[in-house]
Amino acid sequence: MGNVVVMSSMPSADDIDFMIHGLFKYKYFGHEVWITTSHVCILIVMLALIIFALIVNRKMKKATEVPDDFQNVIEVIVEFLDSIVEGAMGWSAPKFRNYIGTLFLFILVSNISGIFGLRPPTADYGTTLALALITFTLIHFNQFRHNSLKSIWVDMCSPLPPWLPIWFPINLISEIAVPISMSLRLFANVLSGTIIMALVYGLLKSIAYVWPAVLHVYFDLFSGAIQTYVFCMLTMTYIAQQMGDPPPAVAEKTTK
Amino acid sequence: MGITGQDLILACSAIGAGLAVIAGIGPGVGQGIAAGHAAAAVGRNPGAQGQIMSTMLLGQAVAETTGLYGLLVALLLLFVKPLVG
Repeated sequence: MGNVVVMSSMPSADDIDFMIHGLFKYKYFGHEVWITTSHVCILIVMLALIIFALIVNRKMKKATEVPDDFQNVIEVIVEFLDSIVEGAMGWSAPKFRNYIGTLFLFILVSNISGIFGLRPPTADYGTTLALALITFTLIHFNQFRHNSLKSIWVDMCSPLPPWLPIWFPINLISEIAVPISMSLRLFANVLSGTIIMALVYGLLKSIAYVWPAVLHVYFDLFSGAIQTYVFCMLTMTYIAQQMGDPPPAVAEKTTK
Repeated sequence: MGITGQDLILACSAIGAGLAVIAGIGPGVGQGIAAGHAAAAVGRNPGAQGQIMSTMLLGQAVAETTGLYGLLVALLLLFVKPLVG
């Protein structure tokens, strides 16, 4: 085994680094709890969003009839978010505008934070699972709020009649699969981009100048934006499915 | 040079990871079909291009999931090494 010579300039598997690193450890009720790179990156993303929100809040207090540059940008963002919520949810849009807008901005900034050298927080399964569990809770909260127990039971037993609940376990599994598939989709997409960038920077270290920018544009900007859109769209469609038809008061208002 | 059981497991994990990412074939074909039909739809109705585009991207992103499951299995085999005791 002595004749194996490793050239120092040769890239090796040790150069590839895309894992989550623990930075700080402490004991919490006897459990080992780690502060990892994900926490740090999520804090940076949150700080950026909060500072942005504060600036916007200050600017919009002095909003003018004819918008200036900054106000224009803000109005475009808000109108875009409102229009996708409106398009997917219809009459129940006003209730969910805030949540979907927040979700969209958070996932988007998380995904594109790879450009700024951070490890995207959404490339940690903990983050995406938490987001998907919020969606899961919202779906079933609204299901029980807007449907009678009988109609939920009929729905869970479909396509067979409600007195023959053979399909019930299968429908139950498909309900539980929703948050798992949503979280894994976002996680795996962002992680695959992170890994490919780590491979480029780790193994092609000597020639990785300027041209990885193209890959960044694809994996961070394009893929990140698409996955953000998909996550929000699926959340809205699943919730809107449970909301059903508009109550008569709302229906009257919209037709007038 | 003897091959220990652990080496064998690592080698088989690498082969398994390679086999797992073959799952990428399915989404590739599916996304291609979706894009083809979207192109045909735009050809028939150029006015609805924006809506067709967003519907196509949503469908493609959902279809991509199965391929990503394959990728996840490959990554687990390569980096988490669940089979090595």
